[in-house]
Amino acid sequence: MKKIAIIGAGVAGLEAGHVLARKGHNVILIEQKNTTGGNVRNWDRLFPNQREASEVYQPLIQQAVNDKLRILTDTVVMSAKYEKNTHRLTLSNGETLNVDAVLISSGFRVFDAHRKEEYGYGIYHDVITSADLEKIMAVNQKVRTTKGKEPKRVAFVHCVGSRDEKVGNTYCSKVCCVTAVKQAIEIKQLYPDAEVFCLYMDLRMYDRYFEDLYREAQEKYGVTFIRGRLSEVAESFDDRLQIKTEDTLRGKPLKFNVDMLVLMTGMEPTSLAELLATEFNIHRGDDGFFTPEDEHVNFNISRREGVFLAGTCKGPKNIAETIADARSAAETIINYLK
Amino acid sequence: MPDFGYTINKQRVIDLDKNDGQTVRRVRQLEPSINICIGCGTCTATCSANIFTEFNLRQLMLLVTRGETANLRKDIEKCMLCGKCMLACPRGVNTRNVLLAISRIFTENE
Ligand code: SF4
Ligand code: SF4
Ligand code: SF4
Repeated sequence: MKKIAIIGAGVAGLEAGHVLARKGHNVILIEQKNTTGGNVRNWDRLFPNQREASEVYQPLIQQAVNDKLRILTDTVVMSAKYEKNTHRLTLSNGETLNVDAVLISSGFRVFDAHRKEEYGYGIYHDVITSADLEKIMAVNQKVRTTKGKEPKRVAFVHCVGSRDEKVGNTYCSKVCCVTAVKQAIEIKQLYPDAEVFCLYMDLRMYDRYFEDLYREAQEKYGVTFIRGRLSEVAESFDDRLQIKTEDTLRGKPLKFNVDMLVLMTGMEPTSLAELLATEFNIHRGDDGFFTPEDEHVNFNISRREGVFLAGTCKGPKNIAETIADARSAAETIINYLK
Repeated sequence: MPDFGYTINKQRVIDLDKNDGQTVRRVRQLEPSINICIGCGTCTATCSANIFTEFNLRQLMLLVTRGETANLRKDIEKCMLCGKCMLACPRGVNTRNVLLAISRIFTENE
């Protein structure tokens, strides 16, 4: 029986832990937060079919309990040494672990919308993020403005914190376009008379069913798509939000008032990424995400022997991709430990 | 008084709160497929009227949805209703019927 430390008990960490435990390995999950399950725990429903997120994360959390994995929450790795095929990890709780392999599945964090100041998050009422909207929906399946009214006009802003050199993130977060379309539909399902807009630069409907969802948003729900990046938000005289963009397909500036603005915040490397990269001596790209040694075939292998990578710590991924990647990482580790 | 050549420019900005929302609602009623346009421009590129005049069907439909309807009546006169645009549209927008719907709205309002 070999000992494996998994750093990050989100979707990737939990799934890989399960596969490794089933093979009879001794798995320890080290999680920075006080709960397991990762970011998806804050989500209400998933694209493209509005499946309840809990249907996905509850079984993952449960299987770790059933497998009797050792889970250390509120814990981070402070330092890592590698000698004689053993990784010696010092944890924030003072404990030292000697393990045969390490899986880094530290995931992502949601972009902090305060950093995009011109979009008014934390400044104006009723500017919320896509993650906030999920939390609101999870609680009571209804959405109200701060004045307690049903929103009559809602705009979704794509690419907040992504594809934007001004915030230092030049990459696409991949899942926010389809999330915007899903959430736009959900608003229309709640309030069929509301006018809903998506302000996009490019619509990246990359996966199966996504294009159908986009069409459904237009055809069945009458969501209006405007190609143009939001330039700024201001309070209007009637205490709503005035937004300005260019209608780039029209070639003219465009403005209108909304009751609620939803910012589609992207994915960023976690705050731990830098420390982990230094301690394990592994590669990060310019975007800050970890880079495997081979992007096409051996995508779970890091530069350091016995240290493996899985999930969104390597860049934006959806849930199915994360789970597949975690299983692949577990398989790679099993072969390595043979 | 001498003319100094000063003028006040009208704002170019499209203001969805002030624009004509009536026409687009009616067009959507008469031909709902206007909603599924993705602005690809295939219709414009295939349109004979576009080759010889400024007539741009993609943009004309956008003008309708943005409520910029001031010149619409004159614009649609250039269409010959040949239906080529409809054959080419990748989304299956009934473009010809959109144009007919617009013209019907003008007759209704008379
Ligand atoms: S998925 Fe869409 S919204 Fe998200 S960063 Fe990419 S283009 Fe922007
Ligand atoms: S029906 Fe009108 S818009 Fe369409 S291709 Fe013919 S002339 Fe052009
Ligand atoms: S071809 Fe169809 S989808 Fe493309 S711009 Fe024309 S109407 Fe819209």
